[in-house]
Amino acid sequence: MPTITFITAGGKEHAVTAEIGRSVMEIALEKSIPGVVAECNGSAACATCHCYFDPAYSEAIGPIGEHESDMLDFTASPRRPESRLSCQVRVTDTLDGMTVCIPAMQ
Amino acid sequence: MRHVAIIGAGQAGSALAAKLKELGFDGRVTLIGDEPHPPYQRPPLSKAYLLGKLAADRLALRGPSFYAERGIDLRLATKVTRIIPAEKRIELGSESLAYDDLVLATGAAPIRLPADIGGALANIFALRTIGDVEEITPHIAPGKRALIVGGGYIGLEVAAALNQAGVDVTLVELQDRILGRVAAAETSAYFRSLHADRGVRLVEGVGLVTLEGEDRVRRARLSEGSCVDVDLVIVGIGVRPSVALAEAAGLAVENGVCVDAQGRTSVAGIWAAGDCASFLWDGRRLRIESVPHASDQAEAVAANILGAKRDYHPRPWFWSDQFDVKLQIAGLNAGYDRIVERKGAKPGSCSYWYFAGEKLLAVDAINDARAYMIAKRLIDTGRSPSPLDVADGDLA
Repeated sequence: MPTITFITAGGKEHAVTAEIGRSVMEIALEKSIPGVVAECNGSAACATCHCYFDPAYSEAIGPIGEHESDMLDFTASPRRPESRLSCQVRVTDTLDGMTVCIPAMQ
Repeated sequence: MRHVAIIGAGQAGSALAAKLKELGFDGRVTLIGDEPHPPYQRPPLSKAYLLGKLAADRLALRGPSFYAERGIDLRLATKVTRIIPAEKRIELGSESLAYDDLVLATGAAPIRLPADIGGALANIFALRTIGDVEEITPHIAPGKRALIVGGGYIGLEVAAALNQAGVDVTLVELQDRILGRVAAAETSAYFRSLHADRGVRLVEGVGLVTLEGEDRVRRARLSEGSCVDVDLVIVGIGVRPSVALAEAAGLAVENGVCVDAQGRTSVAGIWAAGDCASFLWDGRRLRIESVPHASDQAEAVAANILGAKRDYHPRPWFWSDQFDVKLQIAGLNAGYDRIVERKGAKPGSCSYWYFAGEKLLAVDAINDARAYMIAKRLIDTGRSPSPLDVADGDLA
């Protein structure tokens, strides 16, 4: 299973093994990583699982959807080029080694 | 060791147990659910899960080891039969369990059709649980004929899902329009035309008179005199809060288990959260049936059990997915006197803004995430834009 490292807003690192096929949001909840709220449990309806993804993996992560992109324009912490809703990013082998930074506010 | 027992292992119960542990509670937590499944998400049941597009294990709110790892004693397929507040204990059949704090997170149960109009025939279903979906799924096949009773969000979501599975769908709504109880006529019109375009037959302002058949349901007789042949019926006419245990134990009940702003019921040491709990809002007892409310209220109660003494302020929001349309709703629209339409940037996207005078109450955003996000922020912070700006100004 690939390893993903979450970095909280306070700078704490949590390296976890992630089950393939689940969303990065689900992995964060499963491992009780603080700062990923995910009010809607992954329906891309709330934008409270916003994270900054390692730009080196942007191709492996895949393109951003229009709805997701619109939601990201209004997140509680500022949108950056590497912003995604973590519920929309599926874990694959190619994400092994990726870091995911969690913003200060959701 | 202090013991918190939670009756109900749905969204609220699960969130409450997790929050207690996250806040460092080192006592005992027992989470009791009457279904055989560990806590799971209900929203996909009427959408992707009904279509077989989501594996059962993806429904789980937390992974299989989550509860045990945190010392949460998850008791599934277990019914609580009685609460005895004077002795601070509950009964699970013949077993007795003492508690220090008890939480009612018993949720709500679908309203069934009465047997005297044929409601007890086979192939008539509600849709609330994984068990319900397991019963419905074998009847889903192209060419089958389904009648959906009730044009609320559940009914419409199920109609959309079955239509996409090739089922011939008729939806009957007693009120003069779908979504009549929950949305403005404009939102109803949008979804009426969406469903009609996809081939769902919507019959509004028409009641169901009887369901007929020898063993299983075969026909539905409608109030305007027509008769519809059916293979299955799904009933989505609302839910009632599950308050039987609370009532029997003498707790105050009014449109749900009455709680104060911090989640306390009328009986010391007993709390309630989620679909089953009613709280004061604008002078009346309100219940909110939504995932985010269930989690938020439950987490507030968890903190209050641990002594936070913090009032819970709901920030209601909802969503519904039908076909390729995502509806996002911010706020509660009760008491609105005006609707302002705002066109979205994309074809088919728009939002309806509910005002009472100059005050913005709620917004239905249809395929318009931008409008939703702006509206949510405004409503959560108590700000109201001018209706003129809503109609065609810059709000961001």
